[in-house]
Amino acid sequence: MQSARQRQQMIRILLYALLIIGAVMAMLPMIWMVSASLMPSGEASTYPPHFFPSRPTLDHYRDLFIRLNLGRNLLNSAFVAFIVTFVSLLINSLAGYAFAKMRFKGRDRVFRILSAGLILPTQVAMLPLFLLLKQMHLINTYWGVIIPGLASIFGIFLVRQYALSIPDEMLDAARVDGASEFRIFRSIVVPGIMPILATLSIWTFLATWNDFMWPLIVLSDSSHYTLPVALANLTGEHVQDTELMMAGSVLTVIPVMVVFLFLQRYYMQGVMAGSVKG
Amino acid sequence: MTAKRSSLRIPAEANTAAWFFLAPALILIGIFFFLPVAASLLLSVTDFDIYGIANPGNTRFVGIQNYSKLLHTPDFWNALKNTFYFAFVGGPLTIAVSMGAALLLNSKLVRFKGFFRTLYFTPFVTTLVAVAIVWRYLYHTRYGLFNYGLSKIGIAPIDWLGDPHWAMPAIILMAVWKSFGYNMLIFIAGLQAIPEELYDAAEIDGASGWRRFWSITLPMLAPTLVFISVITMIGYFQLFAEPYVMTQGGPLRSTTSVVLLMYEEGFRWWRMGYAAAIAFVLFVVILIATLLQFRLQKDHT
Repeated sequence: MQSARQRQQMIRILLYALLIIGAVMAMLPMIWMVSASLMPSGEASTYPPHFFPSRPTLDHYRDLFIRLNLGRNLLNSAFVAFIVTFVSLLINSLAGYAFAKMRFKGRDRVFRILSAGLILPTQVAMLPLFLLLKQMHLINTYWGVIIPGLASIFGIFLVRQYALSIPDEMLDAARVDGASEFRIFRSIVVPGIMPILATLSIWTFLATWNDFMWPLIVLSDSSHYTLPVALANLTGEHVQDTELMMAGSVLTVIPVMVVFLFLQRYYMQGVMAGSVKG
Repeated sequence: MTAKRSSLRIPAEANTAAWFFLAPALILIGIFFFLPVAASLLLSVTDFDIYGIANPGNTRFVGIQNYSKLLHTPDFWNALKNTFYFAFVGGPLTIAVSMGAALLLNSKLVRFKGFFRTLYFTPFVTTLVAVAIVWRYLYHTRYGLFNYGLSKIGIAPIDWLGDPHWAMPAIILMAVWKSFGYNMLIFIAGLQAIPEELYDAAEIDGASGWRRFWSITLPMLAPTLVFISVITMIGYFQLFAEPYVMTQGGPLRSTTSVVLLMYEEGFRWWRMGYAAAIAFVLFVVILIATLLQFRLQKDHT
């Protein structure tokens, strides 16, 4: 009996050891990023490597904002991400609810066509989309980045899936009472699908903030760059300046970390329900 | 239920209202997604290039010329090979690591699960460009932490991003770190759905831990595994930002992916007809890989 308990104790210690090693590996790059961003110039390129700054400094952050004007790019990213998140939330939830609960001719056919779009990689659309936006004079504007993100098949799917569980009786009762469709949407549907709207908005915000390829293609003027594009551009000129690049990386990652850490419950629940794709 | 539903006549306004609700989404997706996808197929049979951008009238129909040129270009085959390498080595590796982490976090013997789960998931939400830059410095031959760590256990420095043999493995390692947490969560959800009674019965029968894993856990996780394999592969076939930021597709084009090649051809050299053909080949590859995995799943159950 004693040995069985000892054995279990051994296994538990082993499991914790593995968990802690995993946690260290998961966190190490992030910790080093923050640490190196606070090092005096040149300290991140010494041998043997320093892990912690000998004399922490905020010089590189000051540099980013004052000399390199990255504050502008931070605002660009925030602007683009907020607009896309709010507008797409409205558009996707209207459509998702309509597919789930409203009865109209052609519903299933339209939904099938839309679903087929899920298997198309977005890169396939990029070349003509660029030419289209060029015709509309939206290249090198924020709207060129924003507009293609304002509706998403995946978002519509997510909302539809969730809205299916709203009882029809509730909606029909409201209709009998003479409530308009929009009124029903606002006062019955939206409160009912709140959890999925929370998940979807976090997901959209993070995905838009982190997006790289499309902003890189659309934006050509550095004052219009979103943060990831500005950062990638910066590596070209300041590749030797490790500490500065780390400060830029911190600046880019911190906002999404804050959003994630405060709202992780909704986000992780959404993923675990198998509903959010990477 | 159905009787009640049909007895309640749907007024014509409801139909109009539905289309009103759908219109913004359908118009946006139609114009900014479906239309470009269809146009992409047209573009791929033209010689649309920088002269076409100046004046679309300079564009000619060239049939399948772009596709046949593609198949005769070593650079394209190289990009395809690199993308396969990334997807077929990186994908299974990511899945294995995520499953390991999920099993650890599902063990009854450990606590603080929520804490570890959050830590493991964090890399997934970070900005790819930013962490790719961080990893580039971690991989530095002389000053990087990785080589320093290796030197402590007596391994000679590796030129991670400068050696054509190591560059792709280096990118794969980073990708595993970045994305395992997401798959891990889905695996945890799958593990939690396995009925406890199955394990209890196996324990009574005296089945060992391994035995239980192979004959209960793995088969019960099969649908989750297929789902994860499909989305991981689809994502990995679209490799772009990592080589763009970390290696610019080098050294010796050893990390040039299909999407990076498409980007270079289309948006750097403006050979958009040719680039559209590359994009379509990518789509076909993804489609085949997806169908294959679903077929495998079907054969298995």
